[in-house]
Amino acid sequence: MTILQFFLWSLLKVIVVTVVLLTGVAYTVLLERKLVGRIQNRWGPSRVGPFGLLQPLADGAKLFLKEDIMPTAVYRPLYLFAPIIALACALISIAVVPFGSPTVTGPGGFHLFEISDINIGLLVILGITSIGVYGIALSGWSSNNKYSLLGSLRSSAQLISYELALGLSLVGVVLRAGSLNLREIVENQGAHGFLSWNLFGGFQFVAFFIYLMSAYAETNRSPFDLPEAESELTAGYHTEYSSMKFAMFFMAEYANMIMVGCVATLMFLGGWTSPFGDLIPLPQNIVIQSLLPIFWFVLKVFSFLFLYVWVRGTLPRFRYDQLMNFGWCYLMPLAILNIVATSLWLAY
Amino acid sequence: MHLILFIVFAAFCLAGAINLLLQTHPINSALSLIVVMTSLAVLYLLLGAEFLAAAQVIVYAGAIMVLFTFVVMLLNAGREERTLGSKAATVVGFPAVVALLAVIATVVLHTQSGGAAFGDNLSNQPGSTNLEQLSTVLFTNLLLPFEVTSVLVLIAILGAVALARPHDQERTPGE
Repeated sequence: MTILQFFLWSLLKVIVVTVVLLTGVAYTVLLERKLVGRIQNRWGPSRVGPFGLLQPLADGAKLFLKEDIMPTAVYRPLYLFAPIIALACALISIAVVPFGSPTVTGPGGFHLFEISDINIGLLVILGITSIGVYGIALSGWSSNNKYSLLGSLRSSAQLISYELALGLSLVGVVLRAGSLNLREIVENQGAHGFLSWNLFGGFQFVAFFIYLMSAYAETNRSPFDLPEAESELTAGYHTEYSSMKFAMFFMAEYANMIMVGCVATLMFLGGWTSPFGDLIPLPQNIVIQSLLPIFWFVLKVFSFLFLYVWVRGTLPRFRYDQLMNFGWCYLMPLAILNIVATSLWLAY
Repeated sequence: MHLILFIVFAAFCLAGAINLLLQTHPINSALSLIVVMTSLAVLYLLLGAEFLAAAQVIVYAGAIMVLFTFVVMLLNAGREERTLGSKAATVVGFPAVVALLAVIATVVLHTQSGGAAFGDNLSNQPGSTNLEQLSTVLFTNLLLPFEVTSVLVLIAILGAVALARPHDQERTPGE
C-alpha cells in the first residue's frame, strides 16, 4: 500500500468517524432530555420534527446564530483557546477505538473499523483525557469570574483525584489481557459470549463499579456534577461563555460521555463481540458480517449512555467533601485491592 | 518523515522552553512548560519509546502540570516584576552552561562513535513490545534501585503529610 493510499483511507475514516461521533453527541443530548423528561413525568422535546427528533438541529442552529458575547475583563488568548482544547481532546481519543471486527478488511489489508491500531491504545486514551483537564481549568481562570474559577478549581481537583481510581480500575483488565492494545483486550473476552466478558467471566465487577463511579466524576456528570452545580455556581466554568464557545464545552462533555462508554464497552463488555458468542452462527453475507459487530458495539455504548442518564435522573448531587472522601478513601484502596486480587488470581 | 517530525517538534520544544523564560505571567510560563513536555513525548515516540511517551504525557503533562496550573490559579499570582538580574549569575551562568553542554556533547559523540546508538536495547526487537522490555529490565536487573525509589517516594509523601498537618495548638477544641 502506498503512502498516498494510506493517507486517503485514513482521511476518509477520520471524516466518517468524526461525523458519526458529532451526530452521536447531538442525539445523546436529545436522549438525555427525552429520558430525563420521562423520568420526571413529562414529555421532553416533542415539537420539532416527529417525536422531537429534529430538536438537536434546531438547538445547533440556535447556538450558531446567537450573539457571541466577549466579557471585557477576560484574559483573551486563554479564554478563546480553552473551549478548543476541551473539544479537541474529547474528539481525538476516538481515534484508537476499534468499532468492529478486525477480520473484515479493506483493500491491502487495511482495517476499516478503527482509525489506528496502536499497541498502547489504552494509555493514549488516558493521556488525552488527562490533557483535557486544561480546557476546563483554563476556561475558569481566564473568565475572571469567581463562579467560573471555583467551578474550574473543583473540576481540576476532582479530575486529578478520580483519574487515579479510573486508571487503577483498568489495571485488572490489562493484567488479564496482558496487553494495552484495545483490540487484543477485546479479543481476549470474545470466546464465550457474555460469559467471558471481563465484567462477568473475568470477575472484574469490582473494577467495573470503580470505573463507573470514576467515569461519572471524570465527565462531570451527576451525581458528581459539582463543577457546574447550578444552585451554588450558576453554571461553573462555562458561566461566561456564550454562543458556539458554550456549545463547544457542551459538545466536549457529551463526546467525553460517549468516549467513556466506548472504553467501558471495550474493557468490560467485550467490545464488538456478540453477547451470545457462537450460539448464533454468523451469516455468510459479508455486509452483515461487518455490520453486526458494529451493531453490538453501538448497542453496548448506548446502554451505557442510558445508564448515565438514568443515574442523573435518579440520584441527588454529592457534597464536595463527600466527593473527595469517596474518591480517596474508598475507590482508590478498593482499586488497589482489586489489582492485588487479580494478580494473585492470575499467578495461582 | 522522521527527520521532518523531529525538526518540527524539537523546534516546538525549544520555542516552548524559551517562551517559558520570557513570559512574565506565571500561567503562560506553566502552559509553555506543557508544550515542552508534550513535544518531548513526541520526540520519545520518534525514538521508538512509545510507553515512555505515553507516561510522559500522562504523568508530566497531565498530572504534574495540572497541579502547577492549579496552584497558580488558586493563588491567582500576578505578573512578575522585571529585574536586571544579579551580576554573579551572568558571570558564572554563561560559562557554566557552555561547560555543561560541552560535557553532554562529548558523551553523546563518544557513545555514537562507539557504535551503540541510543535505544538499541529498547526497540527494534520483533515480537516483543517496549513495555515488556522496560518492565523486564525494571523488575530483574534494576529491582533493588526501583524498590528503593518507591520507599523514597513514600518518605516524600509522609513528609508532605507531616508538613500539611495542622499543628496541635492551631486545632480547634472540637476536634
